[in-house]
Amino acid sequence: MSDAHGHGDKPFLAHHFEDEDHQFDAGKLGIWAFLVTEVLFFSGLFCAYAIYRSMHPDVFQFAANALDTKWGAINTAVLILSSLTAAWAVRNAQLGQKGLLCLNLFVTILCAFGFMGIKYQEYSHKFHYGIYPGKDNFAPMEGAFGDYKAEKVAFVVPGDDSTQDGEAAASGGAGEEAHAGDDHAAGDEGHEVLVKWDDPNIDPILKDKLKIFFGIYYCMTGLHGIHVLLGILVFMWLLSRAMRGHFTPTYYGPIDYAALYWHLVDLIWIYLFPLLYLIN
Amino acid sequence: MTQVDLPVAAPSRPVQHLDKNYINHSKGILSWLLTLDHKRIGLMYLVGISLSFFLGGLFAVAIRLELFAPGMQFMSAETYNQVFTLHGAVMVFLFIIPGIPAALGNVVLPLMLGAKDVAFPRLNLCSFYLWMGGAGFFVWTLFTSQLDTGWTFYTPYSTSNNNTAVISATFGVFLLGFSSIFTGLNFLVTIHKMRPPGMTWHKLPLFLWGMYGTAVMQILATPVLGITLLLLIMESTLGIGIFDPNKGGDPVLYQHFFWFYSHPAVYIMILPAMAVVSEVIAAFSRKHIFGYRMIAYSSVSIALLSFLVWGHHMFVSSESTLATLIFSAITFTIAIPSAIKVFNWLATLYKGSVALNTPMLYALGFIWLFTIGGLTGLFLAVLSTDVVLHDTYFVVAHFHYVMVGGTLFAFFAGLHYWWPKMTGKMYSEVSSRLGAIIAFVGFNLAFFPQFIMGSQGMPRRYADYKPDFEIYHQLSTVGTLTLGVGLAIVAYSLIRSLFSGPKAPANPWGSATIEWECPSPPPHHNFDHPPAATDPYDMERVEWDEEVGGFVPVVGYRPAAHH
Repeated sequence: MSDAHGHGDKPFLAHHFEDEDHQFDAGKLGIWAFLVTEVLFFSGLFCAYAIYRSMHPDVFQFAANALDTKWGAINTAVLILSSLTAAWAVRNAQLGQKGLLCLNLFVTILCAFGFMGIKYQEYSHKFHYGIYPGKDNFAPMEGAFGDYKAEKVAFVVPGDDSTQDGEAAASGGAGEEAHAGDDHAAGDEGHEVLVKWDDPNIDPILKDKLKIFFGIYYCMTGLHGIHVLLGILVFMWLLSRAMRGHFTPTYYGPIDYAALYWHLVDLIWIYLFPLLYLIN
Repeated sequence: MTQVDLPVAAPSRPVQHLDKNYINHSKGILSWLLTLDHKRIGLMYLVGISLSFFLGGLFAVAIRLELFAPGMQFMSAETYNQVFTLHGAVMVFLFIIPGIPAALGNVVLPLMLGAKDVAFPRLNLCSFYLWMGGAGFFVWTLFTSQLDTGWTFYTPYSTSNNNTAVISATFGVFLLGFSSIFTGLNFLVTIHKMRPPGMTWHKLPLFLWGMYGTAVMQILATPVLGITLLLLIMESTLGIGIFDPNKGGDPVLYQHFFWFYSHPAVYIMILPAMAVVSEVIAAFSRKHIFGYRMIAYSSVSIALLSFLVWGHHMFVSSESTLATLIFSAITFTIAIPSAIKVFNWLATLYKGSVALNTPMLYALGFIWLFTIGGLTGLFLAVLSTDVVLHDTYFVVAHFHYVMVGGTLFAFFAGLHYWWPKMTGKMYSEVSSRLGAIIAFVGFNLAFFPQFIMGSQGMPRRYADYKPDFEIYHQLSTVGTLTLGVGLAIVAYSLIRSLFSGPKAPANPWGSATIEWECPSPPPHHNFDHPPAATDPYDMERVEWDEEVGGFVPVVGYRPAAHH
């Protein structure tokens, strides 16, 4: 039936719209409504995050040590850059700048791949340390919660009411092993307790509850990653259309809609990054 | 577009039939499967949901036959669990939720707007295939036959025993959810952007107000179901711990997430029903709808309030006293917009020239049954009585009065009302009315006794019961079979009309909304030019024309000043 759905001289104007503006407005409302569904789709995860973090603040603070803030920050920058190029691409389409449009779409795709590449590195690092999302093979090894190079972990023994000082754990580099040992000793006198992952003082129940953090971590970043992958497909499709010269100052809706979607994907990451990586 | 048989009309008389209409304008199976035409997609949905309804109905009959006498009759307790689960899941997700919006709404909504199609025809087709995919997963689940969690998939039942059927069924529901979201999104944008000249929000037919409220709920609530089911699948397959107390999770969180969707979903089921009834009551009273604005606003307020009452499903699952009080109070407020609608329908009937055609019989049945269903809901909103009635047959009877007595009857009202427009054929009023009356009697016989046995303590979901309850169960089973006979007559009457029904005129009922201005069935593009919108309930605008056998616009009509 698609053959009956054109306007002849305007190949991308569907038959049931009066003109290009009408079609653009309808699409714009549609994409905003879709973004609302996306926000609510993620809201379940954010809600679960809020509930479980308030239920198990110590678990979240400790487990977040396994995440690498540096790579998280780089990924944030990469996504923000891609949002810029996506917004720029909309402007290029409006002005009919075909070359710049293609370039900006290309850079957006490149950034998205970069983001996924870094994500791949982060995931494989966790798998390497035995942090899987699975129920049977979830077995973090020593070193999983320290710096990349520091073979050290820290955890608050339950019953100690002091708040977890994550910075101490994060900065507990290879050279500070002895220092951490001092902290452990100091804990006996009622101060912060830093212990090794295999220390028998770690409450096995809390240890088991680390799964809840990583369950949420893998779900949130995984779902976000799927959205990035979908964005890559969409932008590749747009790039191929842009190279064929489909977009004009009167017809650029798809670029605009995709850019809006991409901004939302970016925005969700901007919330995920502090909520997961910057807990301490 | 040439005009055939009926009649050599005067220029003022609109075209009644066309040689080429949307049903025959192109041929071949692919012209249906790949169609972007909202009317064809609506018809495909109609076939799909009717088959689902039949399947769900078979499960219902199996349940009722098993419960005919105390003790186990012909299935095991495990099988019974699976049968009532599939009955609920198929009926809710495959039939009631998409029923009116996707099947009737798809055909009627653009026509009512005088538009050529919905805003996003490809997305519309995508919705249909998502529905098909979801239905496919359900059928597959049927053959693996392990799903016994109830349609709500409560944790830890659904996560504790490596039940692969749960995964396939919830993935099916996930797809159905996105089908529903895309339909709602499409309708929302269509109503916003594709209205004809002159159709301000206060000239929008009430069916569209209802569909609008439904679309808002579909867009805002269904994604939460999506993520909930995704988490459930993750929990079952990977054990992420989010609903597992051993890993720091909480199974009650699942209930909150689930009902945050599924309570609005109850209104996704009933708002379109109310929307249909508003049209039918006005059309067959031959009278302007009473309290137009109140009915319209009550649709929107029901949609908004629906998001604030999910906690009333968990009065007895560890909710705090304060939370139960608040949820109970908000639940009561939903009775207000619902009652506004009922009173306005009654006021519309008052001094109308009521014609008891088949759609009207269903609409009147709807008012009766929905009122019973709605009022018994208040018993469940009261905290003290809910503790007693929770998980009894009283709840079962209550929601069947709302969903079957409400939504199903309104679905049939709408189906019979728009049947001439959709198919171009008139059905036999005699057999259709007979089916409607038998269905009404059978329905009440099936479910009224359940109120009584529920209040006496018969728990729901049990495969067996004490002999004290036998008489109620037997009445209920007889009622179900009667309902089945009624529905068989309905189906016979409609199918027969396709083959031997007389041709339908453009406007058989004398309605004043725009969809009746195009021929029956409509051409592929619906309208060459968007018709000018007027008051959709100004019934004086059309008059009976003996020659046409239907209603035609009054020549030179000027609306009275007071509307």
